[in-house]
Amino acid sequence: MQVYRWTLTMALSIVHRATGIALYAGTLLLAWWLIATASGPAAYSHVQAFTGSIIGRLIVFGFTWALMHHMLSGIRHFVWDLGYGFKANEREALTWGALIGGIVLTVLVWIIAYAIGGGR
Amino acid sequence: MSFDESHGAPKGSSMRTPLGRVRNLGAAHSGTSDFWRQRITGVAMTLLMIPVIVIVMMLLGRNQAGAAQILGSLPIAVILLLFIFASAWHMKIGMQVVIEDYIHNEKLKLISIMLNNFFSFAVALASTYAILKLSSGV
Repeated sequence: MQVYRWTLTMALSIVHRATGIALYAGTLLLAWWLIATASGPAAYSHVQAFTGSIIGRLIVFGFTWALMHHMLSGIRHFVWDLGYGFKANEREALTWGALIGGIVLTVLVWIIAYAIGGGR
Repeated sequence: MSFDESHGAPKGSSMRTPLGRVRNLGAAHSGTSDFWRQRITGVAMTLLMIPVIVIVMMLLGRNQAGAAQILGSLPIAVILLLFIFASAWHMKIGMQVVIEDYIHNEKLKLISIMLNNFFSFAVALASTYAILKLSSGV
């Protein structure tokens, strides 16, 4: 930690892990939602009350970003697995792409969600 | 756990030497199969991402009856089951890598890996059960 200059790719490697761990915990929310749907209207209304609240909405927004970022960052790893993109400028470009792309996709998904009436 | 059987005089009929048994397995003792499965499930989820987002969008703003009807349809149930299966497997491997990287106490590591397996399997099974229940319409 003391001998390496802190680089973007290193920071994003940590973010890839962190988003992975966040998504791991977030599956509880998805499981809760599916089970509630299967259980009936009362259980479903609890989930809706949660996802409709400010804190719930923030968590789902964070989950969306974690998912989008982790996916793009993962695609970056697939590119590296295939043996491409190892030059310094390519590494940086892929990493910036994952970072910016993750934010753009998240915002895009939420705009579409609100546009089709999910915000109500 | 074939390692233990290799101590002392070989009892079994295995032709493999101790070196033959451990070669290519590396520090994780399980070889590269998890590495490969991590990629398979990752690619699978990437391919399923757009259908899954569309499904979630279809459910937004609906009541329980509407959501249950959509989730109970065959193609949607299959897509979600595939996604659940891939994500549970992917996250189990991913968390195991994190555990193996940061937890160096052997007992604590094994307990964590076991709990990781339980959690991943439980989440997957609970979600699968919910979808099958919706598909059968009970």
